[in-house]
Amino acid sequence: MITLTHFLALGAILFSLGVAGIFLNRKNVILLLMAIELMLLAVNMNFIAFSHYLDDLAGQVFVFFILTVSAAEAAIGLAILVVLYRVRQTINVQDLESLKG
Amino acid sequence: MLVQSAVFYFFATVLVLSALAMITVRNPVHAVLFLVLAFFTSAAIWLLLEAEFLGITLVLVYVGAVMVLFLFVVMMLDINLARMRAGFARYLPVGLLVGAAMAAEMIVILNTPAFDRPRPEPKAPDHSNTQELGELLFTEYVYPFELAGVILLVAIVAAITLTLRRRERAKSQRPSKQVRVDKKDRVRLVSMDSE
Repeated sequence: MITLTHFLALGAILFSLGVAGIFLNRKNVILLLMAIELMLLAVNMNFIAFSHYLDDLAGQVFVFFILTVSAAEAAIGLAILVVLYRVRQTINVQDLESLKG
Repeated sequence: MLVQSAVFYFFATVLVLSALAMITVRNPVHAVLFLVLAFFTSAAIWLLLEAEFLGITLVLVYVGAVMVLFLFVVMMLDINLARMRAGFARYLPVGLLVGAAMAAEMIVILNTPAFDRPRPEPKAPDHSNTQELGELLFTEYVYPFELAGVILLVAIVAAITLTLRRRERAKSQRPSKQVRVDKKDRVRLVSMDSE
């Protein structure tokens, strides 16, 4: 018998893995963005689990908007990353210490 | 019921393992591919939760577009892997500690009886999740829906303006100038005696 707790625990584990991923890969901007995607996935999992168990479709609508916004965020983040690489020839976070444009 | 539990535990195991592999694997390309696996398995879990439309959307939009974009950028940039991985072992204990502490705290809270709800009755086979979601999206949530469209437009414009590169010395024609050219600007008639 699967209860709501099972899905919420799965979401919690995924979110914690995303946080741990930010800690582990703090040098690589691409992996930081991917860890953020993982955390968003965990949040969406919670929303859909609540939507199913409470029988309220508003949770799924919210997941729809989260997917939209995170797709936009990923596109802009990767564009900034490409520009950064073109200017600096590196995406290592440690090399990005100067604020002088 | 037993089949559902088995399916849930199978996909949950694959999901957690692929997420773990994503944050620890050495090669960024492999990390992207593990994230794709995580998205696929969570789409399957969403199908188990009767969110069919969002499960398909996750595969189409996320795996089909966003992750391909990630893969494209990872392969396009020439990354010095050895320098990127420096300090990985140093951050490993604190990262795992923070992650495990967060997960343990959340699971302790989730074990309260308030979340211990039984599964609702499954919907009828001809029940359409897409239709229900669409009716809600185009009536009650129509303004947020249009705002989402505007956000996507802004993202397109921002991404293109950021990455558009104007080359300095590139030669190109200007058709409007070519069309507007006049004969008297170009040709000078000179009368001279034959020699």
